[in-house]
Amino acid sequence: MDFGGINPVILIATLMASAVPILLAALGETVVERAGVLNLGVEGMMIIGALGGFVVAVQTGSPVLGFLGGAVAGAALSLIFALLTQVFLANQVATGLALTLFGLGVSSLGGQGYNGIKPPPTGPLLPDALADLPVVGPILFGHDWVVYFSILMTAVLWWVLKATRVGLIIRAVGESHEAAHALGYKVNRIRLACIAFGGAMAGMGGAYVSLARVPQWVDGITAGAGWIALAIVVFASWKPWRVLIGAYLFGGITVLQLNLQVAGSAIPVEYLSMAPYLITILVLVIMSAGRKGKASGAPASLGQNFHASR
Amino acid sequence: MLRLEKRPTPSRFWLYATPPVAVILTMIAGGILFAAMGKNPFEVIRTIFWDPVFGEFAFYLRGQLLVKAGPLILIAIGLALGFRAGIWNIGAEGQYIMGAIIGASVGLAVFPTENRLIFPVMVIAGAFGGWAWAMIPAILKTRFNTNEILVSLMLVYVAQTILAKASTGFLKNPEGMGFPGSRNFSSYPAAQNAELIAGTGLHWGGVAALVTAVLAWILLTRHQAGFQIRLAGQAPRAARFHGVSPARLVVLCMGISGALAGMAGLFEVTGPAGQISIDFNTGYGFTAIIVAFLGRLNPLGIVLAGFLMALTYVGGEMAATNLGLPAAAIQVFQGMLLFFLLAVDVLTNYRFRLAVGAH
Repeated sequence: MDFGGINPVILIATLMASAVPILLAALGETVVERAGVLNLGVEGMMIIGALGGFVVAVQTGSPVLGFLGGAVAGAALSLIFALLTQVFLANQVATGLALTLFGLGVSSLGGQGYNGIKPPPTGPLLPDALADLPVVGPILFGHDWVVYFSILMTAVLWWVLKATRVGLIIRAVGESHEAAHALGYKVNRIRLACIAFGGAMAGMGGAYVSLARVPQWVDGITAGAGWIALAIVVFASWKPWRVLIGAYLFGGITVLQLNLQVAGSAIPVEYLSMAPYLITILVLVIMSAGRKGKASGAPASLGQNFHASR
Repeated sequence: MLRLEKRPTPSRFWLYATPPVAVILTMIAGGILFAAMGKNPFEVIRTIFWDPVFGEFAFYLRGQLLVKAGPLILIAIGLALGFRAGIWNIGAEGQYIMGAIIGASVGLAVFPTENRLIFPVMVIAGAFGGWAWAMIPAILKTRFNTNEILVSLMLVYVAQTILAKASTGFLKNPEGMGFPGSRNFSSYPAAQNAELIAGTGLHWGGVAALVTAVLAWILLTRHQAGFQIRLAGQAPRAARFHGVSPARLVVLCMGISGALAGMAGLFEVTGPAGQISIDFNTGYGFTAIIVAFLGRLNPLGIVLAGFLMALTYVGGEMAATNLGLPAAAIQVFQGMLLFFLLAVDVLTNYRFRLAVGAH
């Protein structure tokens, strides 16, 4: 069952793993944006999470603690964003950019001395007997726990946003912060919590890059994954299951172009490696075309700061 | 409890006072960071901010300031026009790379012809390259309402792969003994962006930056288009009633910023960098975002901000060689500067009031 040297079963199994960083980050950002906050610092939070996760995992020898460390690091950085935009009412676009620039700098500073070290491995969750089953084995049972966690989080967030009180409050804050404030909700505190959650998810996604995907510490390791996560949120019209689809589509393209590179395709390597970015642009165009303004599903208060005058 | 109260009109005092306050706060926070890294904070701050201008090697380093400030100012002025109108071109780094590649290609195509027109044509080609690269997000924005932030940023990564291809493929020096990188422009006088006055670091890029600053100031304060840009940023609805076409503004602002970034790329590659190489770009396109905000999106402020940021580059290199400060520490320092600037900026539009009793 090989097509030009590429096995579709392996391809699907690999794309599920390769999509995890952007899936986690995009899910976090979905919640942030549903609360009406545009945090463009995903790339910075991811790379800080990648470093934090790597350092904790290497120091403690526990990959699970590493992922936790990544989440804490990402959330900590996102709190700077929360402080600036929610307390000091700074422009969200500019602050998000600053967060990315700062995160890239801090990670490059803190990562010195961690080059060339192998982190403790994150192995498959389920016994090998299941993973060895033909076709379904590698796709359904062959993954590490973070892959299952990312799918679980998709379902949880879908349910929370759609069917719970917490989800309703988050959506109210994002759609009309004036109305939410009038109802007595603390708009800025709710947004702060959402930003911290988004930071933790991005940090964990980053940790998956340095602990499972690569796995080692390299400067600039996330290579634009945070920006792609932001694009996927738009692609998904701010809906968790569509985020999953978007992340898997994107993971598929990434894995496919890597496989084509290895298989010695006639297309030059440079053109293959720019494919994910070009396809992201294409997808953005398709999603935005013909649906101007509010109809795209964007929260109505997205990117606007709230200051309670009374 | 302190609470924020919106000012009826933005404070003029804080409008001008925020950048210096942010710089001082950054020095304090940076000093703490440097101390935590085991360096003497006072020595590091002196090396970064004092020595390049007044220190022992200032005669050489002052020239370096202009070399670094030129591209930063040129790019930041273009970005600031867009930022004022709420158009976020953050892919200047990509436009910078593409301008350099297109401009350098034109020059290398006629190698080794000697003609006085070659360099001016290359500058135009560089501006065109940056403009064309910026037109992609601009047209997608106007035609399909695609987010210009994400598209322009994605195109940075695409430009970087094209740059890799250029320096190892189509622009590779045929006499380079297999090393990546194009021919060196320092050995091709007709296409070289040489120092204009020896020892000052002034090259055509610096001249272009200062001229552009003046032109942009005139555009913003004295011209209809500048008025429309300011109006669209401050009151989008009023701008529409005034007959400002948002699409035309996007094309105008993205086009200007792209062309300026492309020009900056060409000046850099034919001058200080010397050749197209896989890593000739040093992130000026991103640092220029900080410069634009530090200069309060005002062309003349950006000139000052560009020199200050150049100081952190030049001084940072000094601190790296003399005191062993990692290069990344300067990047953190620059990021902190933007944070403090954005935080202090709250004082322009709001004031802190002591809240007495309940409301």
